[in-house]
Amino acid sequence: MHILNNDQAVHGLRDSARIVAPVTQQIPGRTPGKPPSMDHLDELEAQSIYILREAFARLKKLALLWSLGKDSNVMIWLARKAFFGRVPFPALHVDTGKKFPEMYAFRDQYAKEWGLDLKVDYCPPIETIDPTLPPAARSAARKTEGLKLALSKYGFDGLIAGIRRDEEATRAKERVFSPRGTEGGWDVRDQPPEFWDQFNASPPPGAHLRIHPILHWTEADIWAYTQRENIPIIPLYLAKDGKRYRSLGDADITNPVSSHARTIEEILIELESTKEPERAGRALDHETEDAFERLRVAGYL
Amino acid sequence: MNMIVPQTTLATPNGTTRPQVRIVIVGHVDHGKSTLVGRLLHETGSLPDGKLEMLKAVSARRGMPFEWSFLLDALQTERDQGITIDTTQIRFRTQSRDVVLIDAPGHAEFLRNMITGASQADGAVLIIDALEGVRDQTRRHGYLLHLLGVKQVAIVVNKMDRVDFSATRFNEISDEISAHLIELGVTPTAVIPISARDGDGVAERTPNISWYSGPTVVEALDALTPARALDELTLRLPVQAIYKFDDRRIVAGRIESGSLTTGDEIVIMPAGKIAKIKSVESWPSTPVSGPQGAGRSVGITLDRELFIERGDVIAHVDTAPRDTRRLRARIFWLHDAPLKEGASILLRLGTREARATVVAIEKAVDPGELEGVATKAIARNHVGEIDISLAQPLAADTYNDNPRTGRLVIEVNGRIAGGGLVLSVLAGQRAVPVDIVPVESALRPDERSARYHHGGAVVWLTGLPGSGKSTLAKALERRLFDNGGSPILLDGDTLRAGLNNDLGFSAKDRTENIRRLAEVATHLARNGHIAIVAAVSPSLHDRAAARGIADTLFREIYVATPAEICEERDPKGHYAKARAGTLQGFTGIINDYQPPTSVELTIDTSQLAINEATDATERMLSQTGIIFDEIVDLAANI
Repeated sequence: MHILNNDQAVHGLRDSARIVAPVTQQIPGRTPGKPPSMDHLDELEAQSIYILREAFARLKKLALLWSLGKDSNVMIWLARKAFFGRVPFPALHVDTGKKFPEMYAFRDQYAKEWGLDLKVDYCPPIETIDPTLPPAARSAARKTEGLKLALSKYGFDGLIAGIRRDEEATRAKERVFSPRGTEGGWDVRDQPPEFWDQFNASPPPGAHLRIHPILHWTEADIWAYTQRENIPIIPLYLAKDGKRYRSLGDADITNPVSSHARTIEEILIELESTKEPERAGRALDHETEDAFERLRVAGYL
Repeated sequence: MNMIVPQTTLATPNGTTRPQVRIVIVGHVDHGKSTLVGRLLHETGSLPDGKLEMLKAVSARRGMPFEWSFLLDALQTERDQGITIDTTQIRFRTQSRDVVLIDAPGHAEFLRNMITGASQADGAVLIIDALEGVRDQTRRHGYLLHLLGVKQVAIVVNKMDRVDFSATRFNEISDEISAHLIELGVTPTAVIPISARDGDGVAERTPNISWYSGPTVVEALDALTPARALDELTLRLPVQAIYKFDDRRIVAGRIESGSLTTGDEIVIMPAGKIAKIKSVESWPSTPVSGPQGAGRSVGITLDRELFIERGDVIAHVDTAPRDTRRLRARIFWLHDAPLKEGASILLRLGTREARATVVAIEKAVDPGELEGVATKAIARNHVGEIDISLAQPLAADTYNDNPRTGRLVIEVNGRIAGGGLVLSVLAGQRAVPVDIVPVESALRPDERSARYHHGGAVVWLTGLPGSGKSTLAKALERRLFDNGGSPILLDGDTLRAGLNNDLGFSAKDRTENIRRLAEVATHLARNGHIAIVAAVSPSLHDRAAARGIADTLFREIYVATPAEICEERDPKGHYAKARAGTLQGFTGIINDYQPPTSVELTIDTSQLAINEATDATERMLSQTGIIFDEIVDLAANI
């Protein structure tokens, strides 16, 4: 094996000398030292940043969906990491007008503090939505409509969304880059292959892509990362009078769970032992067996 | 319920320090993958409250016996048809680690989903029905695991209850599959007899399999090791983007292998330009000191202003990857239409997107069949070795040298259609590295596009002499200029008078003529101008090469005026001279013009007035993102 001297390394090599040196040798031009090993959160973070940068590089008109909840807050934080402090696309809040007051206060404060290009768009009135749907599903369908309106208004070809596989069984089947039809629909039977971090990023005209940078995170990961990075949260997640919200949706269809976790640390301990699903407080998931799947196929997040 | 996980190991407050392994479960349809997953979750106490009751209710409602697979086959269609359509992921814990289980469908038509799932795995469980034995799909999955680089495979022989827990039957299957895998270079970590439905061998060795002394499924999963870090290989940093949000010019990307730190001397491949790392930037605090290893998504600044773009690979000077225009790869094909010799493909390797041609196909076989029939095309779900010729050089390693930068995917119509491993790389002629230091413009592209309301482009007009290329080119130049843009006309004949006056009209000289035109036009386009090239450019191959140089900036217009009208016009009198035999090598009469098959726009100037043709061109430039209707968000175009 041929070891290069410093002179050759700097001034170039002949083809014949292009031999890969053994890695154990100290080679000029390369700094010694072992890189610090990555823990689980480091790995999650690096993967999410990679996905966000791929989306930004490959799509023309991106927006990040901000629901103000714990997941999308982590996602904005990751975007600031990916783009060195600045989120180079709008944060879109598709507002039902029925969020908790704490959520609106949070939005207005941090949109400003984080320098976000915030776009707030409203959902059409509930009267315009299929009245045969069960109440919570109807409410969710209204959000899908709001999302479609915003999509056509701005012409986004990519929507970054903070869904996670562990939240719900149909979300577990998602791709990182998920193509949607022109009507926003999800063709779960014909998802393109996606492997080795090579993503399908060419939506047909009029269609868009959903990009899921935190698909591989769990609820516990979100909280551990929020704690490590000191990311602000809405206080509704912390227990008051024996109750707290695990998942935040519209005020009228989201219920708190019994909990005594008053800090993130206590939430993490609680998650270690609970067997109750995260979305237990979401009425929509319990109306019919496939309510959630039907919504998602139609374009719901 | 048998709780595998002791409560004491659960109380880790941050919950994230345990090692995590990703396991894919594959195998022929109906051999019991989803059932095994359901059973594993149950046995390890990982099911949420109420889930078991819900599954019982769902099964009862359908008038079926209790069905574990309903747990994962969450989709209504899956439940109705009793099959897994798409891959899914679910987590549970063993004594020593967190396991992410990836459930992959067994149906041949969903092989793409199996690959999507398996490509993310550190290890695999390959399941075989004791009654049916090794099937085509079992072998296919075994082969694909090997191709995807999954080295740790535990074999599970399921439904042992159907063969009366026969040790003889088990040994038969064990021998057959082990032989198949070992031939592929994969040694099974365990072969385990189980009944997933009843729980034998899953978490416990029951009396039914008392003759078996090896590990249970849970123990076998516990023995798999997480994927090795790639720190020990040489540095590979594929460039994702260059960011100029402030006065820093940050090269962003993920370190696929090796490590880097401030002060390192690096080479940017395939161009072979060298520089030093000035800083490693981060947020919220910056810069970062100390080495950064494989897996990190980083941003670096360099000590020189070099032209770098997405797709380049940063390496250390002495251990750079090859720059090549020629690859041999082993491909698995997932698309409905077979991959054929001569096919034009879009290839993705790391962050590089490159146009390429399949030069040769060898050894195309179905990995599921024992006797492969070699053909000259790779059918869906088949595997083959192909030679690829690239329109522009790229940096690549062989899969043996670097599993991350030695693999690629092929796209058809914007969708991944296949993928594979780089077997060999024919290195380029360029001596590497070269110490040339191109100087970059003082202006950023977004500064120019804000002024001109358009991005840079190469508008390439091809067509017979007299077809109206120059007329259209000049009208377009005038139009764009009047609208505040920055068009520049590059006429083929004009350039032949100066830059290219050393070139004649041989095929080789024509190729070089087009290459230079494309290089000049691309330089202008990269600096925000719209370079309008009017050149006959008769060769399909040369135009493809020009497109390769300008890449995404290229817009081709075929001026498709009929030949007899061109000759009738004969603006330069060339047709007349050629007919008279006094002009050699004239396209249209002596040489063949090869009309394009796919272009951004086709215009027939015998049908369209010049202002209409200009309108159509302007429309195309607008629709393909060159001309902006409104002032764009500057950041979005950095």
